[in-house]
Amino acid sequence: MMPDTPTKPLRAFTAIESEQIRSLFPILGRQIYGKQLVYFDNGATTQKPQRVLDSIQNYYTTYNSNVHRGVHFLSQQATDVMEDARKTIQEFINAKQAEEIIFTSGATESINLLASSFSQLLAKGDEILISAMEHHANIVPWQMICERYGYHLRVIPILDNGDLDLIAFDKLITPKTKLLSVVQVSNTLGTINPIKQLIDKAHQNNTAVIIDGSQAVQHLKIDVQELDCDFYVFSGHKLYGPTGTGVLYGKKNRLEQLPPYKGGGDMIKEVSFEKTTYNDLPFKFEAGTPNIEGIIGLAEAIHFINHTGIASIANHEADLLNYFTDKLRAIPGIRIFGESSNKIAVISFLLRDIHPYDIGVLLDKMGIAVRTGHHCTQPIMQRYQIPGTVRASLAVYNTRAEIDVFIDALHRINKMF
Amino acid sequence: MSIAEKEKEVIEEFELFNDWMDKYEHIIEQSRQLPLIDELQKTDEYLVRGCQSKVWLNATFKDGCVYFTADSDAVITKGIIALLVRVLSGEKPEVIIESQLSFIDRIGLKEHLTPNRANGLASMVKLMKTFALGFKLKQQA
Ligand SMILES: Cc1ncc(COP(=O)(O)O)c(C=O)c1O
Repeated sequence: MMPDTPTKPLRAFTAIESEQIRSLFPILGRQIYGKQLVYFDNGATTQKPQRVLDSIQNYYTTYNSNVHRGVHFLSQQATDVMEDARKTIQEFINAKQAEEIIFTSGATESINLLASSFSQLLAKGDEILISAMEHHANIVPWQMICERYGYHLRVIPILDNGDLDLIAFDKLITPKTKLLSVVQVSNTLGTINPIKQLIDKAHQNNTAVIIDGSQAVQHLKIDVQELDCDFYVFSGHKLYGPTGTGVLYGKKNRLEQLPPYKGGGDMIKEVSFEKTTYNDLPFKFEAGTPNIEGIIGLAEAIHFINHTGIASIANHEADLLNYFTDKLRAIPGIRIFGESSNKIAVISFLLRDIHPYDIGVLLDKMGIAVRTGHHCTQPIMQRYQIPGTVRASLAVYNTRAEIDVFIDALHRINKMF
Repeated sequence: MSIAEKEKEVIEEFELFNDWMDKYEHIIEQSRQLPLIDELQKTDEYLVRGCQSKVWLNATFKDGCVYFTADSDAVITKGIIALLVRVLSGEKPEVIIESQLSFIDRIGLKEHLTPNRANGLASMVKLMKTFALGFKLKQQA
């Protein structure tokens, strides 16, 4: 007899659960042009639950002060809360130690930090491998160091359905490949890449691996130890936290090998004009006063996710994705870009030959927020030879009812052209 | 008709609609009235750079007046251009240079002309005035 499987069936939140979640986000009650807001631009940034806003307010009203510097009570308290936040993030992605969590201003800064530090460790002719579905934030910093120091950038192509071309990957990874930097989830196509497979292959080749998890941490359970990636980066604002926050996770020995990126206060042990010695991890990479309020808010956002349950969030969003995709496919003239069998609730599409800008403007007038254009992934647009797409990207608080509103709006627009 | 009269006419047309979608239906309708730029001129030389939608603009000078032709790959952008061309075409260079185009604000489309809107319309208005200035200088020379 087969044993009972303990896994819960795939199901969306019930109407009551959904209402409870939505009630935590004050902005969702807004009307736009007299219409109820439908916020489908979560890939750009997510809305913030009240508890995140409260935590920031509470910091400024009760224990605002600089961290790591003062002997006084408030400074100690702020330092404790910020270091607790580091532990919250450590547990969230299951890093081995808290000092492997570096606070940055966002995924963009995390990648720039890595590019800048690695630029001093690589040798001329070394290769850096990225993919054709990277966000510009994971392309341009590498191009900049390649141009400056004579490294070479190589690109893993993508297949028509939006999956990575793994056969090409096998050929592109060579003894010269010192770094592999790839996105876990594409912000434009929604594809979830088989990063475990890529990481293992890269490690057999002695290639260090950076994962851009900007579109993954808010949708999937992340375990950096199990993945065994060397670095993992993400932004706080796409995971219900404040803007201006981000994380760079790195394995301790990897971070220790890297030279610091910014100089200033907090990142030093001793400074003299002859020689400066650097502080230990994580402070070696955290020069200057950090974004204390943001970090506090980010930890609170993670508490919100933990409380809701990342598996439940994933189930709900998977249900929305199926529902949405079926409804869209039923409209004649719809082309969806990114049809991987393994994707998150991001749908990029075009309707007939209507320009994405026109669709975006009209959806906006019906209270629906989407993003249109190239989504900071111009190489993907070149790959499919399109000027841009309309992108609907969903989050924990979205509902089937909102998808119905969206589909009706799209039918209306379809008739206008 | 003077510029002011043409602007008034457009404002009155738009006052007939109180729903946003109806206004946009009308803009889409207007796009069909735009005097189109020659297909051969849809090159970088006549391209107004916007981030999301492309706009091409050209102008000719006849009997002391400026006439515009244009196109865009986005229909709403094209419709708004059609309104601008409808108001400005056939005017003297000085009049175009001095024009405030406040009707765009009055019909609720100001957002489309803000420079950060990334649709190329703000740069297009500038270019229309640059064309007019060029003709004016040539005329004086
Ligand atoms: C996949 C991916 N990487 C990196 C970034 C950059 O994030 P940020 O602008 O928050 O630094 C984004 C944001 O859109 C993204 O989607």
